[in-house]
Amino acid sequence: MRAESPGPQHEWLDAAAGPVVRPYTLTGGRVRPAVEGFDLVAFVLAAPAADPTGQPGLQPEHRRLVERARRPVAVADLAAELDLAVGVVRVLLGDLLARGLVAVHEPRATAYLPDESILKAVVSGLRAL
Amino acid sequence: MDSVRSDPPGSAPRIPLALKILIAGGFGAGKTTLVSALSEVRPLQTEEILTGAGIGTDDVSGVEQKATTTVAMDFGRITINEDLQVYLFGTPGQDRFWFLWDELAFGALGAVVLADTRRLADCFPSIDYFEQRNIPFVVGVNCFEGSRRFSLESVRDALDLDPDVPMVLCDARDRQSGKLLLISLVEHVARQRGEPVPVP
Repeated sequence: MRAESPGPQHEWLDAAAGPVVRPYTLTGGRVRPAVEGFDLVAFVLAAPAADPTGQPGLQPEHRRLVERARRPVAVADLAAELDLAVGVVRVLLGDLLARGLVAVHEPRATAYLPDESILKAVVSGLRAL
Repeated sequence: MDSVRSDPPGSAPRIPLALKILIAGGFGAGKTTLVSALSEVRPLQTEEILTGAGIGTDDVSGVEQKATTTVAMDFGRITINEDLQVYLFGTPGQDRFWFLWDELAFGALGAVVLADTRRLADCFPSIDYFEQRNIPFVVGVNCFEGSRRFSLESVRDALDLDPDVPMVLCDARDRQSGKLLLISLVEHVARQRGEPVPVP
């Protein structure tokens, strides 16, 4: 990714790239969460007694995220269910994490390979579909 | 960051293990179709936002004046059991979105590369990408109606594939066919670990 601003004529602005959007209103202009992470398949789980109502500075979307996360839910699923871009969801989750309203369970790193029993379970699960 | 996989003893809900499989290939090779055929839920779509303005910064005041655009990413889910889920992510088809691949590939179990024999060269970049990163992959040769049929060996030669990379004829619209692709990939991953998955 280039460091300099590409200027007004982005080469990725065309029909195939999708509509031009202004999605960061929700995040107050922030494009990155306060912490790194939030893999697409990281699972988010609300803190047991998380109550985002009445917390200053939280948007309705923050509350919707907490409600969805009463059960473990993946970041990608949250983005799809709330119809928000993943980048926006990450910023909002960063806010919730900072307030202790959610916990985030990141997947294992690249070098990790599931053990044999897991691979077997996947194969037999796929065969049973 | 809490990255604990196991649960504390007692109450808290168990966090499932999510395995990520990428569905790659050239534009129009059938990626979205395959994800749709395999997913247990309606194919989901999420978007990544590209913003030239935001790179390397935590705050973009005045972002409203900077152009951003979104890239739609298809993904699907297969629940193996309550503790194990497979997520399928279709990779963005255009070369200019390569940087999104690194995020998608992080921690991925492996990839399915869909090849369209009418435009075989379109899947070269995908194959290069996974080879360079030692990410296990299988090649699914999508049998489009009206496409010329080539032997798998001639396609393997044309793609310059390692002999151990599985190749499977497939129909991306067909769930059973897609299942066989994924099984082929998981078995390939297991073989790479030296632990073959026995056929029941």
